[in-house]
Amino acid sequence: MNLKLSPKLSQKIAYTALAIATMIVILPVLTVIIIIIKNGWSALSWEFLTTMPKDGMRAGGILPAILGTLAIVSCAICVTLPVGVFAAIYLNEYAKDNLLTRIIKLAIVNLAGVPSVVYGLFGLGIFVMMMGFGVSIIAGALTLSIMELPVIITTARGALNSVPYSFREASWSLGVSKWQTIRRVVLPNALPGIMTGAILSISRISGETAPILFTAAAFYVPHLPQSMFDQVMALPYHLYIISTQIPNMPKNIIFGTALVLLLMVLSMSLFAIVARLYFRKKRKW
Amino acid sequence: MNGKIIDYIIEKIIFLCGIIAIIFVVLIFGFLLKEGFAFFKEYGVVNFVFGKYWYPSSDPASYGVLALIIGSLLVTVGAAIIAVPLGIMTALFIAELAPKGIKDILKSIVELMAAIPSVVLGFVGMVTLVPLVRSILDIPTGLTAFSGSIVLAFMAMPTIVSISEDAIRSVPWQYKEGAYALGATKWQTIRRVVLKAAMPGIIAAVMLGIGRVIGETMAVLMVTGNAAAIPDSIFDPVRTLTATIAAEMGETVKGGLHYKALFSIGLVLFLITFSINFIADLFLNKNKKNC
Repeated sequence: MNLKLSPKLSQKIAYTALAIATMIVILPVLTVIIIIIKNGWSALSWEFLTTMPKDGMRAGGILPAILGTLAIVSCAICVTLPVGVFAAIYLNEYAKDNLLTRIIKLAIVNLAGVPSVVYGLFGLGIFVMMMGFGVSIIAGALTLSIMELPVIITTARGALNSVPYSFREASWSLGVSKWQTIRRVVLPNALPGIMTGAILSISRISGETAPILFTAAAFYVPHLPQSMFDQVMALPYHLYIISTQIPNMPKNIIFGTALVLLLMVLSMSLFAIVARLYFRKKRKW
Repeated sequence: MNGKIIDYIIEKIIFLCGIIAIIFVVLIFGFLLKEGFAFFKEYGVVNFVFGKYWYPSSDPASYGVLALIIGSLLVTVGAAIIAVPLGIMTALFIAELAPKGIKDILKSIVELMAAIPSVVLGFVGMVTLVPLVRSILDIPTGLTAFSGSIVLAFMAMPTIVSISEDAIRSVPWQYKEGAYALGATKWQTIRRVVLKAAMPGIIAAVMLGIGRVIGETMAVLMVTGNAAAIPDSIFDPVRTLTATIAAEMGETVKGGLHYKALFSIGLVLFLITFSINFIADLFLNKNKKNC
């Protein structure tokens, strides 16, 4: 049997296969989004977003879950952004090519690979138990901030790295110190990149469930969060609860909750992606 | 205060933040070790690693992790079989074939895919995929390792596609021109030259994707059925390492044996992902040197 195809024909077959594979990868993403929008749309209303749940969460709104997620995520980003950017500055501007730098890079890579549920365990052990914060906004936020650190460091470092070296030299030659150069020249130029990275991070941690499972999230809290040391409801955890633990849950509320979470996460990601494309085009160097 | 002192203080802070990643890796590892060792002392490493039964609530409780490791492996291997070929093919399509405008759109969609929270994917899998698997395969429940593999394959995809695409794109154009000059078609060049040169990066991409799959928690918890027994086939319900932690931590007595046992599972997970990431990083560095 002669299976030798002409190069032209095999190229055609291969290209078709690659295109089909791409379709197989892309289509489910769109399907998932469409399914959620189609089924969840009817549940969306101003009331759904701004009232408390009722009847064992089978009716009413999801306000406490939305506020809880916002509280945890905003605390987390406030901690992780400055630390991450400083770490990126160290790696990009100060670090020499030595063993320590190699170990730092390895640590970042590995931190990025630690499973989210293991962060949850760590947060439970350190923040909830050892430091005595209890299951609270602050414990969940700190857990998420460690988890997001490698992402922030990597994107911020990329942004710093894309500022041309000659900018720094020009500043140094005017007698400006290293830190002042970073602050006045490098950071402003890297800011768009750092911010898009930060937005992507916020989007990612808004949807995380496993790390807050035992550090911040509560099944049901009858009031809105009062302080940093309160347990809160959180949107992703709420979705998990109502879709698996509560019998006879009306489907449209589950889909509605999923839709709110998805809209929150996707709109931020989309904004960051578009902003990045825009800044890349606008860049003058 | 004069400028020099401010500079000095700030540079010290920057250094501290610089090494913070190391501090956290050590802290996490140390913490898991501490709880894990306490558990091993009480229960025995051998009983833990080779024990077939995970019955934390029976009396006496047994904490054999083998069924959970097999569960994780089964789901992961299944996901890899689906995701690896599709992911690499998609990366090739995006890097080499797609026209400029479509390329940006495809890359954005892949990135959006990474942004969909796992609990949302788990939920959609639960209401669409699970009934589908059950009726098509005619099995008692659709909550199987197979369903988990499908959901996880799509969670691994963004990692595999974007890192492979990077590796393929960073193959020097001289390599390709050389092949064209010898009369190779574009596909021959892609298959014999580009793929080969990008291989270390692609291997790293696959490993990182697999690392993500092993660590994935919520989606797996929702679609695999959570039966802590050694499965006969991929069409049986399984329970993974991650799902066990997520499902049981809430009901443990803090500081008790069960609590420590779950930390030991965390330790196992940490060691697995640490080695995967370590090796993937070696491949990525090799890729940089190649190009």
